[in-house]
Amino acid sequence: MQLSVWTYEGPPHVGAMRVATAMRGVHYLLHAPQGDTYADLLFTMIERRDARPPVTYTTFQARDLGKDTADLFQRAARDAYSRFDPQVMLVGSSCTAELIQDDPAGIAEAMRLPCPVVPLELPSYSRKENWGAGETFYQIVRHLADRGVRPAPREARRPLVNILGPAALGFRHRDDVREVRGILDTLGIEVNCVAPLGASPADIARIGAADFNIVLYPEIGDSAARWLEREFKQPRTKNIPIGVGATREFIAEVAALAEVDPEPALEDGESRMPWWSRSVDSTYLTGKRVFVFGDATHAVAAARVAHEELGFEVVGLGCYNREFAREVRDAAKLYGVEPLITDDHLEVEDAIAAAAPELVLGTQMERHIAKRQGVPCAVISAPVHVQDFPARHSPQMGFEGANVLFDTWVHPLVMGLEEHLLTMFREDFEFSDDAGASHLHAHAPSQPIRHAELVSASSPQPDTPNQEEDWTPKQVRGDGENSIWTAEAEAELKKIPFFVRGKARRNTESFAAEQGRAAIDLETLYDAKAHYAR
Amino acid sequence: MKADAFSLPAESGCSAPSEREVLRAPVLRERGQREVFCGLTGIVWLHRKMQDAFFLVVGSRTCAHLLQSAAGVMIFAEPRFATAIIEERDLAGMADCHEELDRVVDRLLARRPEIKQLFLVGSCPSEVIKLDLGKAAERLGAKHAGQVRILNYSGSGIETTFTEGEDACLASLVPVMPASAPDAAPQLLLVGSLPDIVEDQFLRLFAQLGIENVGVLPARTADGLPAVGLNSRVLLAQPFLGETAQALEARGAQRIDAPFPFGAEGTTAWLKAAAQAFGIDEMHANSVIAPGRERAKRALEHHREKLAGKRISFLPDSQLEVPLARFFATELGMEPVEVGTPYLNRKLVARDLDQLPESTRISEGQDVDRQLDRVRADRPDLTVCGLGLANPLEAEGLSTKWAIELVFSPIHGFEQAGDLAELFARPLRRRDVLQV
Repeated sequence: MQLSVWTYEGPPHVGAMRVATAMRGVHYLLHAPQGDTYADLLFTMIERRDARPPVTYTTFQARDLGKDTADLFQRAARDAYSRFDPQVMLVGSSCTAELIQDDPAGIAEAMRLPCPVVPLELPSYSRKENWGAGETFYQIVRHLADRGVRPAPREARRPLVNILGPAALGFRHRDDVREVRGILDTLGIEVNCVAPLGASPADIARIGAADFNIVLYPEIGDSAARWLEREFKQPRTKNIPIGVGATREFIAEVAALAEVDPEPALEDGESRMPWWSRSVDSTYLTGKRVFVFGDATHAVAAARVAHEELGFEVVGLGCYNREFAREVRDAAKLYGVEPLITDDHLEVEDAIAAAAPELVLGTQMERHIAKRQGVPCAVISAPVHVQDFPARHSPQMGFEGANVLFDTWVHPLVMGLEEHLLTMFREDFEFSDDAGASHLHAHAPSQPIRHAELVSASSPQPDTPNQEEDWTPKQVRGDGENSIWTAEAEAELKKIPFFVRGKARRNTESFAAEQGRAAIDLETLYDAKAHYAR
Repeated sequence: MKADAFSLPAESGCSAPSEREVLRAPVLRERGQREVFCGLTGIVWLHRKMQDAFFLVVGSRTCAHLLQSAAGVMIFAEPRFATAIIEERDLAGMADCHEELDRVVDRLLARRPEIKQLFLVGSCPSEVIKLDLGKAAERLGAKHAGQVRILNYSGSGIETTFTEGEDACLASLVPVMPASAPDAAPQLLLVGSLPDIVEDQFLRLFAQLGIENVGVLPARTADGLPAVGLNSRVLLAQPFLGETAQALEARGAQRIDAPFPFGAEGTTAWLKAAAQAFGIDEMHANSVIAPGRERAKRALEHHREKLAGKRISFLPDSQLEVPLARFFATELGMEPVEVGTPYLNRKLVARDLDQLPESTRISEGQDVDRQLDRVRADRPDLTVCGLGLANPLEAEGLSTKWAIELVFSPIHGFEQAGDLAELFARPLRRRDVLQV
């Protein structure tokens, strides 16, 4: 048993729902008790969908268990078919139904429903949401792709591609698809189908007509793309166009596969991010410490953008989906950090506290963690929140996506000139720490929320103080308990702006420990400052 | 433990069916797809109410995800609830479930020494694999005796619907309530979790009425658990507490029959029923009740214009549907078209049910697709429904009210009557205001 408070991913059947809901003409018959119907609200509330997800739940009850839950499943299948008239039916079990072993696949097959049926085996006790989405999409492609459909001869036609991976409840999938379509248009490449988002079973049947596949979200699209590569000899792309550099590499890769000239797409006049990043106002971004956590694809991409395109220092990198841990481990080597592969948010919270970053790029979970620690944060990945579905166009991919990244990651930070003013006038009552940064309003509490202290206080402390692990938020924030600081040095520390004070305290104390100094006085403070000067 | 929760009520337990009851069309009983939360959801408000209690769901990743999604926001780093997620090795018998559970509980209690009550909450998977949480609670309770009270109940969706989780939780507390002394003075037991502010209002009113000995279930802390016995009179604050009421009756308590305390009239009748049970002088009771009742009436006046004559349908959700429909019908002049409820406990809601118009269609259970067909045919001005259905209905041009707010916000009593009306008037007002 695993003790879990908040989870990054739902169960695998929620992943299947994300695929079914994204498509047209598909209905998902889920053998599940009534409580599982909560999943509908993810789509209707978080994503603001205007229709119920195409899912029928059998909602069996305790009184049905002794009798015939299989019969209940049959009845639900018949009713769902006649009411919704789907072109394809997905059938499967949620966690509870998996235990009663009714074999939805076998029952559905025996019923000979008048439409194709795709059985889903999603092991709820070992797998999670992203895997469920990837597996479901793969099964749909495997069952529906018409093996007779192959690309037409290349003469006298434009290159044709599939875009694989976008789904319901995806982080900015809607907007990314529009950006990528724009790039393809510029390159003179046509789209055969986008799937699962907006695809019909007929579109999936014709998936083999494309020359190659563009995989935007490997978590969802990779299994299907690899199968298509094997069975249909369709190459697949490997670059994820998040950030300017990655977008350029993506364009080059796509153009090479399509045998077209990449130049038209590379010269994008709307790409402002490089100049924004080079302009003098951005100098203050240099070396900002950033902690990155999310799904593997978004985390790896964000770390690269942070490092190469904004000049940040990556001080932490991790993901919650183990299936793609290798990519994160490889990337972590580039930045010389220990990869954090975990789905335990308390572990992530501790890691963030220990790294004392100036910016967190994470999921909604890290947004809460950062809020508690008083650190700015921008969201880069699912799990999603209603705010991750903005009304405006707000992609992560392509050149416009890079513009969006610049804005959303830089705006939570204290601006360049403001940073200087805070340093110069730190004793000024209006610039005092309690006022916080001018643009952050409620997002940067000057007093970190009490609960964060409880967390650190109740966390088991290692017996032997470990230089890296012993830094709880409490100490980083400088509450002064058990301090070896002299009163004078402590007062001086308080004059340092709050957003760098944690780092200054941490550095000074490490320095003092390294040098074997018993107390931290003004000398030590400024010696440490000189030592860590960058 | 609660296997019969879904069995249809054998016979109407209604003590004295009124004549209107006889005229009403029979209750429409539905047994198709339900679209309601399971009993685990109650943890979201129960853990706020019982401030030294921890709720440990023994279930699947789905249970954890449900709690997270129903709670909406994750404001607490370590809330006082969590899920012990059953994994493959537990099912394959590679790990002994009870040993695993002991390990999880020991770690949890070591980490959270402030916890005084621990509820082991059963889920669909734990029920299906027949994991005996009663036995586990007993074993762990003995181990942590004197420190933590360990109880168990089932919030599983195969046995409980939404608010029935609270019922099961409170019922699990009844056996550990101390027995009141044989000669103890009459005691009023206020049963059902209410927001503290509302509970305090009611406690002030009881004190003013002259009812001195008042116990509250659930108590805010473990040591506040009231006694129960032949001297106890139970006043339910929530209509979904059938099992709890029965358990209290089995320990000698008597239930006070009353409508539920919504609006000026509901609250008045509820308080008067209590006053009567305690032999309080009627004149005195009236004088205590009058100021609040007048304030409530004034507050409701603001919303009458918006709501009177409007047609309203309730989809089955919290079992609050019948009392709320009564409030909107008799106090604000709304017309309930269909009142759906997951389970109709005729005995407990008799006083509210009696007052519903004859034309109102009462439905019990659910077949969500057929129910939505009826909503589309009825086209009520306002549909009260769950979060999964609200936006789809709005997109079809039907105004909706999220039912979940009714269990998350203070709506009981005189001082909240206006707020309750406002919750329902707001969607209608918004619809009139918007020009996009």
